[in-house]
Amino acid sequence: MKPSQVTTLEGNEAVAYIAYRVNEVCAIYPITPSSTMAELADQWASEGKTNIWGNIPLVVEMQSEGGAAGTVHGALQTGAMTTTFTASQGLLLMIPNMYKMAGELTSAVLHVAARSLAAQGLSIFGDHSDVAAVRQTGFAQLASSTVQEGHDMALLAQAASLEGRIPFIHFFDGFRTSHEVNKLTLIPDDDIRAMIDAEHVRAHRRRGLSPDNPFIRGTAQNPDVYFQARETVNPFYARLPSILQQKMDAFAELTGRKYQLFDYYGHPEAERIAVIIGSGAQTLIETVDYLQKQGEKVGVINVRLCLPFSAEHFIKVIPATVKAITVLDRIKSPGSTGEPLYGDVVTVLAEAYANGTLPTAAIPRITGGRYGLSSKEFTPAMAKAVLDELSKAQPKNHFTVGINDDISNSSLDYDASFDIEPAEVVRALFIGLGADGTVGANKNSIKIIGESTPLHAQGYFVYDSKKSGSRTVSHVRFGPNPINSPYLIHSASFIGCHQFVFAEKIDVLENARQGATFLLNSPYGPDEVWDKLPRSLQQSIIDKAIQFYVIDASKVAFETGMGNRTNTIMQTCFFAISGVLPREEAIGKIKESIKKTYGKKGEDVVKKNYVAVDQTLARLYKIDVPKEANGTMEIPPIVPSKAPEFVQKVTAMMMAGKGDQLPVSMLPIDGTYPSGTTQWEKRNISSFIPVWEPDICIQCGNCSFVCPHGVIRSKFYPESRLKNAPEGFKSGQINARGFPDIRYTLQVYAEDCTGCSLCVEVCPAKSLQQSGVKAINMKPKDPILQQERTNIGFFESIPFNDRSKVDFSSVRGAQFLEPLFEFSGACAGCGETPYVRLLSQLFGDRLIMANATGCSSIYGGNLPTTPWTKNAEGRGPAWSNSLFEDNAEFGLGFRLTADKHQELATQLALELKGEINPSLVDDILDASQITESQIRQQRIRVAELKTALIKLDTEKAKDLLSVADHLVQRSIWIMGGDGWAYDIGSSGVDHVLASGRNVNILVLDTEVYSNTGGQMSKSTPMGAVAKFAAGGKPLAKKDLALQAISYGSVYVARIAMGANPQQTLLALREAEAYPGPSLVLAYSHCIAHGINMEHGLKQQDLAVACGHWPLIRYNPALRDSEKNPFVLDSPRPTIKLKDYAFNELRYKMLSRSHPVESEQLMQLAQKVINQKWEIYEEMASGSGAHFHPDASVKQKSKK
Amino acid sequence: MDLTTTYMGLELQHPIVASASPLSGTLDGIKRLEDGGAAAVVMFSLFEEQIRYENEAFSHLMESGTQSFAESLSYFPEVDEYQVGPESYLELLHQASEAADVPIIASLNCVTGDGWIDYAKQMQQAGASGLELNIYSVEPNLDATSDEIEQRYLDILSAVKSTVSIPVALKLSPFFSAMGHMAKRLDEAGADALVLFNRFYQPDIDIQELEVTPSLGLSSAGEIRLPLLWIAILHGKLNASLAATRGVENPDEVIKYLLAGADAVMTTSSLLRHGPAYTNTLLEGLKAWMEARKFSSVKQIRGSMSRGKVANPGAFERANYIRVLESYQSAYI
Repeated sequence: MKPSQVTTLEGNEAVAYIAYRVNEVCAIYPITPSSTMAELADQWASEGKTNIWGNIPLVVEMQSEGGAAGTVHGALQTGAMTTTFTASQGLLLMIPNMYKMAGELTSAVLHVAARSLAAQGLSIFGDHSDVAAVRQTGFAQLASSTVQEGHDMALLAQAASLEGRIPFIHFFDGFRTSHEVNKLTLIPDDDIRAMIDAEHVRAHRRRGLSPDNPFIRGTAQNPDVYFQARETVNPFYARLPSILQQKMDAFAELTGRKYQLFDYYGHPEAERIAVIIGSGAQTLIETVDYLQKQGEKVGVINVRLCLPFSAEHFIKVIPATVKAITVLDRIKSPGSTGEPLYGDVVTVLAEAYANGTLPTAAIPRITGGRYGLSSKEFTPAMAKAVLDELSKAQPKNHFTVGINDDISNSSLDYDASFDIEPAEVVRALFIGLGADGTVGANKNSIKIIGESTPLHAQGYFVYDSKKSGSRTVSHVRFGPNPINSPYLIHSASFIGCHQFVFAEKIDVLENARQGATFLLNSPYGPDEVWDKLPRSLQQSIIDKAIQFYVIDASKVAFETGMGNRTNTIMQTCFFAISGVLPREEAIGKIKESIKKTYGKKGEDVVKKNYVAVDQTLARLYKIDVPKEANGTMEIPPIVPSKAPEFVQKVTAMMMAGKGDQLPVSMLPIDGTYPSGTTQWEKRNISSFIPVWEPDICIQCGNCSFVCPHGVIRSKFYPESRLKNAPEGFKSGQINARGFPDIRYTLQVYAEDCTGCSLCVEVCPAKSLQQSGVKAINMKPKDPILQQERTNIGFFESIPFNDRSKVDFSSVRGAQFLEPLFEFSGACAGCGETPYVRLLSQLFGDRLIMANATGCSSIYGGNLPTTPWTKNAEGRGPAWSNSLFEDNAEFGLGFRLTADKHQELATQLALELKGEINPSLVDDILDASQITESQIRQQRIRVAELKTALIKLDTEKAKDLLSVADHLVQRSIWIMGGDGWAYDIGSSGVDHVLASGRNVNILVLDTEVYSNTGGQMSKSTPMGAVAKFAAGGKPLAKKDLALQAISYGSVYVARIAMGANPQQTLLALREAEAYPGPSLVLAYSHCIAHGINMEHGLKQQDLAVACGHWPLIRYNPALRDSEKNPFVLDSPRPTIKLKDYAFNELRYKMLSRSHPVESEQLMQLAQKVINQKWEIYEEMASGSGAHFHPDASVKQKSKK
Repeated sequence: MDLTTTYMGLELQHPIVASASPLSGTLDGIKRLEDGGAAAVVMFSLFEEQIRYENEAFSHLMESGTQSFAESLSYFPEVDEYQVGPESYLELLHQASEAADVPIIASLNCVTGDGWIDYAKQMQQAGASGLELNIYSVEPNLDATSDEIEQRYLDILSAVKSTVSIPVALKLSPFFSAMGHMAKRLDEAGADALVLFNRFYQPDIDIQELEVTPSLGLSSAGEIRLPLLWIAILHGKLNASLAATRGVENPDEVIKYLLAGADAVMTTSSLLRHGPAYTNTLLEGLKAWMEARKFSSVKQIRGSMSRGKVANPGAFERANYIRVLESYQSAYI
């Protein structure tokens, strides 16, 4: 055995490390939680890292997982060692190719970070639903239960596949293993080479298609031979378990790490055993270990090779003493006789019993259960409950564990306080904000300790569901022995609260054990902090005998020139007081790490950090804890008492982080949730908010138009309403002639504001007397919060303005429309949500939205609270997300229903005309529904019709009642990002545009996959850096607008709110009004551009000014009036591309990493812009005769 | 005709030098300046503060929004190596030094002691023929004394001089109470040249927007007076070379500066107005003037109208000022 390198890695990296070294081609597509593996492969390729054969693997990003699978299949069929990385829906999209690869006996390994499948809701978290869904494909399945195993099994799968010719899925638990950071021993390249038989690699190549040795593979087969041909592979499956075991044995020789296909752990004479796959096995191993010491005869079988399931090997590891076996599956198979592993075990044991090969005296009792769906915790307490259940005379079968199933009573009870973690393990919890660097600092601590001391370290990080102001909880363990506890820390010896606000809002010591150390970042010093704590927290500190420390990290950071970066300071505190390492040694190591991390940035940065470390130690105080809790503050309720019942009982639990406690009966049965719940979650994430100055304001509406979070609202109302206004409620005379008694108020929803300040940036009104003062200015929130709460209360008592009295056609008028998309969890200053909010204002009360998976489906539909809401009449957008790839088709389905049911309603109305009011029916069917007042009139008529129908009480009347609402026009919108529209959903978008149906497609174009962390799409512009385009994208972005225009019958617009809000408004209204398909491409600045989000709108303006994003509208309806349907709304470029691009990190990065290439690409990109502009200008000049006619619009108009 | 001159120890074909400007921002630009006739090129200034600011912004934007949301823990690919300091400047300097036949003088503006020393060293290694220290700061601290500020100049000069072996010039502001004494101290401290004078950023106020606006227009011919005065005074009294910069628009200004005693005459504004080839126009004008007056070398004219040489040295002093005022004609007098 050779000396090996010990390091700390995330599971994904540990796996990708091997996959990269033993492959020549990687065809990939990003999907959580597997994306990191693909990103690393691409990064290593761009850095010139080589595989074990000394060449750099080709890494190609595809348009979907389906595309990736096709490419993988093709590369394999031509003899390249090829892999991919995926999860969840991505794996499902690979199924057709997987059958082919397996049927053709192709050596390959797909690495899967196993994840839930979208059912009643999407989940990015881990379980085995995806891998279970592909069991029939013929792929072998090998599971890893730790980070080290992920590293090792990746190699073992490859070695076994090469020899056995069966392709493998190598999988491990999404997030729990893929994102866990742990200490591991890397396999040296020589050992990797030793495991990969060169002759098998050459044999794989020889099997590839070659014109020098032609043959055909992939024939169409007939009933005469297909069946027999399908059976030819049987010997390969039969041999595979033995081949893998041989590889495992050879691997053990090389590395000392021994594995079995089924690893038994526990009492040699166990009577009760559990069978499990994946990380949960480690929980069971720890629990079995503990219970054995208590004298219990228990054991666990960790299943590594799940398919082909080797009965022979499985039977061998079952102790002969076993009386009861329970099988745990991390999936749900509704309606089945049991989940897959349970089925396998039952079958194997039944067959062994029948064959007389059973090792036990009698067939053991076998039960099966489900655990851990969507990363639900599986703790030793639950593992114990599972094993305890087997002791019962009638143990529950088909049970669940980890939830409270009060409907089917399937769940096992467990004692949550059962704690078996060894005392020598330091268990630390850190509660921070996403933006404060807490997670990064903890990953750094793990690296320091894991790599420079003999101690072991493990880190797992939990994030909340918001993209702005999100809370992070780091679960970090350090100890002398390997740490594989795959569950969260519930009994922490150290709690670090990195933001004081959390101490005021949540029970930060909930998971502190007796005598734990509590470190609080506090603006209050050692003498005053106690009085600032909620009483309940004081009591917990006293009751749990907590060692309480405070530091004012923000102050130390400011004074030592660290700005607002408190992470190094909090990390230093942890090292100083946690006792993980001797204090001096710990501080020395932090400084070493600082030198390593910041050395490149210059000596002064290093020195600044050193000073911060030293100052931290001088300013860290231990608090003498009083004997009594004397606080007057209480932690406020999660939601106000006026919130609806569902919000009180269900949503609030999720918001409080107690969703795990919700029983099955409390949850909707079919994934249907109430609209408008963000309004109850006053997140208060910004300490600065915009404050309105009525005297300066010109009431232009720009601020509310651009507000990404819907927190700026305007109303006009008679002055008489102010009679009951609270003192301090602001208003101004309406800025319109002839309305002397009308007042105007612009109200900021202070507690919902994220502090992005886009409103201030866009405000054109400046004080005539004071420099730097506008009509809206950012100011500290705390001093005015109470007043603003009162003001909002009064503002809400004023009704929204009548839509028929509002001028929809101007930005100024749009501010008075009620937003029906509000307070989303999008990034502060998001470039997408202003368009979404505007859409909800314009058409919200008749809008149905099909939303592709991505940022917009997450900030739009991620629990606990969702932003789509309804108006006082109870109307509002109806929203749904199907998948990523099918959104255009999904939305088309909405249209077809609307068309069909409108047709049905029309037919029934005509049939019932004589029984109702005939003129009412005529009015309804002849009504024009273009303007807001016309729609309102139609609603009144339809309401009258429905009243009449109720009275009729006939079958036909009931039928008409069920579809009568369709007599009011619905506005169908299909929305998603560029990853959807340009890539994975491209063919669907194309087909729906070609359908001629009246749907509206809004593409929120960030020019990158934003939700999964900035991967290149076909919208990514030339010269920009993105993941999978680390060297800058060499190709220009696809011109989706021109593609759509080529149909002639599609309304197309390209808009950018920051450049021309009026054109944005006009285009959205025209798109909606156009009776055929519409496509609106909206420039959406994004955090993934690497910009200060405050300047997002300015960047939009520059994108238009330089010609990168020409504003256009193509309206086929104009062609009929002989006008040119193509309108160029932006002027000729006035600046160079560079003047826009180099304000963004995505472009700037390349100029720093590859300056020569950057220069070349930017020159090329400028040429592209110049050429494209000429094309647009040519299109915009001349008559409509340039564009070919089509019949669809006229036909629709006739209808 | 001998147009050669020695500036900061560098032998130049003639005295007209392209001073620091955006024109030297690319290799092509530097080549165009050389082709246009510049006897030497001072590259645009490397600002340490800007590098630090950009690094800060770079790090901030790289980290912005990361480690916050489970699906997008980062937004950019990890890049192992990227420029965090003056690499691109040094690379351009290196390429220019290799490609150009005229001396390339690097220009530097720093805010820390380490910055001056490190960057100066790297510039020398990159092939700079000389260094111009562009010491440029507005001191808003009312407790900072003139002694302290002057000492800062001297400290920077001696730190750089002890680090590099190539000649070092200082580009100065005219705002010293004892300009002559300051020049003398810098000369004694080893300055190889003094460049007179820097044009300071002097902000304006926009009365419509009520905003302070940056304002730095191109210089005009009228601005030569102050440098002309001090070159005339300092000529012949220092070991350091003297370079004039500011207000060169026509050959006339070049001639005036040379007459006052400049070893080199620098221009940016005229090149920005008329293009890099304008150096040749200036040179031709100088030659024509010299030919007309039968001068055969620049040496003959340099300093011939300096304070020490003119018939009436008082013309450079205060009496002159009084006379100017007295002779001023205005409709309001």
